[in-house]
Amino acid sequence: MIQFVLLISRQGKVRLTKWYSPYTQKERTKVLRELSGVILARGPKLCNFVDWRGYKVVYKRYASLYFCMCIDQEDNELEVLEMIHHYVEILDRYFGSVCELDLIFNFHKAYYILDEILIAGELQESSKKTVARLIAAQDSLVETAKEQASSISNIIAQATK
Amino acid sequence: MNPFSSGTRLRDMIRAIRACKTAAEERAVVRKECAAIRAAINENDQDYRHRNLAKLMFIHMLGYPTHFGQMECLKLIASSGFPEKRIGYLGLMLLLDERQEVLMLVTNSLKQDLNHSNQYIVGLALCALGNICSAEMARDLAPEVERLLQFRDPNIRKKAALCSIRIIKKVPELAENFINPAAALLKEKHHGVLITGVQLCTDLCKVSEDALEYFRKKCTEGLVKTLKDVVNSPYAPEYDIAGITDPFLHIRLLKLLRELGQGDADASECMNDILAQVATKTESNKNAGNAILYECVETIMSIEDNGGLRVLAINILGRFLSNRDNNIRYVALNMLMKAITVDAQAVQRHRATILECVKDSDASIRKRALELVYVLVNEGNVKPLTKELIDYLEVSDEEFKGDLTAKICSIVAKFSPEKIWYIDQMLKVLSEAGNFVKDEVWHAVIVVISNASDLHGYTVRALYRALQLSAEQESLVRVAIWCIGEYGDLLVNNVGMLNVEDPITVTESDAVDVIEIAIKHHTSDLTTKAMAMVALLKLSSRFPSCSERIKDIVVQYKGSLVLELQQRSIEMNSIIAKHQNIRSTLVERMPVLDEATFIGKRAGSIQATVSPSAGASINLPNGVAKPTAAPLVDLLDLGSDDVPAPSSSGGDLLHDLLGVDLSMASTQSGVNHAPKNGTDVLLDLLSIGSPTQSSQSVSDMLSSSQDNKTPVSPLEGLSSPSSNSIQPTSAGAAPTIDLLDGFSSNPPKQENNGTAYPSVVAFESSNLKMVFNFSKLPGNPQTTVIEATFTNLSTNIYSDFIFQAAVPKFLQLHLDPASGNTLPASGNGSITQTLRVTNSQHGKKSLVMRIRIAYKMNNKDVLEEGQISNFPRGL
Repeated sequence: MIQFVLLISRQGKVRLTKWYSPYTQKERTKVLRELSGVILARGPKLCNFVDWRGYKVVYKRYASLYFCMCIDQEDNELEVLEMIHHYVEILDRYFGSVCELDLIFNFHKAYYILDEILIAGELQESSKKTVARLIAAQDSLVETAKEQASSISNIIAQATK
Repeated sequence: MNPFSSGTRLRDMIRAIRACKTAAEERAVVRKECAAIRAAINENDQDYRHRNLAKLMFIHMLGYPTHFGQMECLKLIASSGFPEKRIGYLGLMLLLDERQEVLMLVTNSLKQDLNHSNQYIVGLALCALGNICSAEMARDLAPEVERLLQFRDPNIRKKAALCSIRIIKKVPELAENFINPAAALLKEKHHGVLITGVQLCTDLCKVSEDALEYFRKKCTEGLVKTLKDVVNSPYAPEYDIAGITDPFLHIRLLKLLRELGQGDADASECMNDILAQVATKTESNKNAGNAILYECVETIMSIEDNGGLRVLAINILGRFLSNRDNNIRYVALNMLMKAITVDAQAVQRHRATILECVKDSDASIRKRALELVYVLVNEGNVKPLTKELIDYLEVSDEEFKGDLTAKICSIVAKFSPEKIWYIDQMLKVLSEAGNFVKDEVWHAVIVVISNASDLHGYTVRALYRALQLSAEQESLVRVAIWCIGEYGDLLVNNVGMLNVEDPITVTESDAVDVIEIAIKHHTSDLTTKAMAMVALLKLSSRFPSCSERIKDIVVQYKGSLVLELQQRSIEMNSIIAKHQNIRSTLVERMPVLDEATFIGKRAGSIQATVSPSAGASINLPNGVAKPTAAPLVDLLDLGSDDVPAPSSSGGDLLHDLLGVDLSMASTQSGVNHAPKNGTDVLLDLLSIGSPTQSSQSVSDMLSSSQDNKTPVSPLEGLSSPSSNSIQPTSAGAAPTIDLLDGFSSNPPKQENNGTAYPSVVAFESSNLKMVFNFSKLPGNPQTTVIEATFTNLSTNIYSDFIFQAAVPKFLQLHLDPASGNTLPASGNGSITQTLRVTNSQHGKKSLVMRIRIAYKMNNKDVLEEGQISNFPRGL
């Protein structure tokens, strides 16, 4: 199972963290510091795996961002690389050629998408289309709610004018 | 509305934070935002609750504390709208984890949402539950999740399946409830449901034997068919990755088949064909295909034996290993590690390639390859493999040398076919990477050298040569100076030449030079310098011609700021200058170190307590306690020449007393046998202090032996053997005893941690009663603190009261000074004295002790003796 997912920028800034095993705040900070040190220091030609505290960390760099997933010893590293790519492709479709800034300003959207791909550290959906459809449906639910709210406040505002 | 939060939207806050140029600026912005959010929380502001939570999540990601926002998540989850719930659940998963109490409060909301009419809200609840639920919540909500496994919408079923995985991991006894619904999921067509269903079954198999049996019986064929369908499915754009339809599903099916096939021949048989098909037909030019092949190989290796399939699998690994892609090579090494238990021969065939991987530029690959090489080593190939590794040691990266050295040392120690080879290899390692060698490794080298008596000359010459080339490797220097100190004469005289050696000419002063360089070198640490000092002392006797020069070197450290060196310097100087006659015996060659004990010691825990023989071998490699008991025997023998001889039995006893007897015979037997021989050990022991020996020469020698024994813990060094037998505490005893007393009265701290054991009346006569109270030092079960209380039962006052005790060798005894030496009459007061007993055989043998109590009653000497064997068990 996937223990946690991290997105770290080239400069070592954290862009997303998702923990599927309990880590205290202190441990999380430590893990982030340790791993970003190890991963950012690795050269481009090296393999995408790092042994770390009895786990394996699979990472892949997309432009300025490192996508990292920490998995158990018996998990399939090559498959996890595909999972990372799966996530990136869905992000790309959703944002339309995604960049780091998209993920900064819409970090919650990145989380929503991840939650449609992984639950309990396991893969949930292998179809990009399905994920996109589910996210779109939920986004439209939010939009409708917003419109309703604003129309109600308009009515109230007009009534109290 | 809150005046602070009204202005900034989430986007504005992120912008403001990004615009910060320094960490301090960022902190200021975050502080201001947090203050505003807190204010909004206090006012129970509804309108901006979700916006505030979103801000908090961003702040949380930056690493700032956000616990104050936790309750806001719960409020948002409890509200009715989807947008609020969505952000609320996100916050819940981000800001909380299963260990927080607050999480329990959300159980009820979760339950309601799991039953909500809006399926997206059900989805949110399932996702949160699957990601962070605790065992308690798992128990409470399992029935809901179980029901949702049959929900009409497949997207809910797949979420429920993954949620179930979390539940059964948290509460394995719930597994049986999920077996049937999970099996039903395997028949689905929807890939998401299938993937999650297969995963759920795999995890069920891991926690429940029943589930495994059930799936094996009912589902194996169906799964094989499903896999066949996926493998042969036509192009499906929705699931296609690099020309393969849904590799994720492939991999999960292979995983589940592995669980089912492992240990079951029928199930394994059933999946043979499809595994062969996957192994041969899968495209291996893209990562996705390789991921499937990798999984397939693992399944083939794990299920019951099928020769043909295994060959296929090993071939795939061979291909992987020669792949140019680092990722593929990494997983190949990983897999070979597992394959070695199945087919060691096949893995050995790839040895050369694996060795190449040890030298790879990628640290991850190097590490894996080294681990693999380590398990590949056997008696047959240890020599060539070690040679390769040691050759590589010369050119490897600094940060890899530590790992590599440790592994080489371990291999050499484990498989060395003969001593000379071991010594050769270790010398190479020490010369190449001595600074990375752990202490216990070079200690072991010394032990082995000490045991290889026919190689002493060869070793010391080889070390001398090595030292000329790589003098900066600290542990090489230490081993070398130890050996030169011990076997310096063999070095100079070329004794014991082997055919393979070239003769070298080393003069006595060359040998001293080496040590002098070591002791003066600025990088040498205290241990090295202290060892060098001892080596010098030894050489001063071996090479009389250099004696003066050595004295000059030693004297230079008499003002050293390091106490250890200063003390050694002064004491050794005094040995060299004043005790010519005993020096040669004092610095005799070390007795052979006990290999078995040393190895046992290393394997066993690193106990602070020291059984006599182990104590010797611990100190020895340091060279610190080198002048061990052996010279002391000589000393005392000398003493017996000079003075009216003490009774011979007394002499023997002293051997025992001082733990001189390095053979393992314990004084336990001594104690038991002694009475049969008619000589009470204890009495003899004490009689050593009789007037015959009060002559100056004896005490002088003993004191010189004290000089000579200046280990890091000089008192312990001596007291550990001596205290095995006795701890005299008397002030009025004869000089010899005084001396011993001086060695052993290590003032222990009085520690009393309550009585965990019942007190016992250890001794009672018509005149005297002695009660023992026991306590244990925390964290040290071997040591018992005994508080002895003496009560006078007679009507006379006792003066000059002395309590003495002796224990067998497996015990170690310390006596603190008594609270007084006068015992008032009729129980109107008492004397207390603390004893500390360390039981090296804790748990196997119980305590036993002989005691003697002496006092004066009406100016008459009274002596009472006894043996205590009624100690509570388990001390």
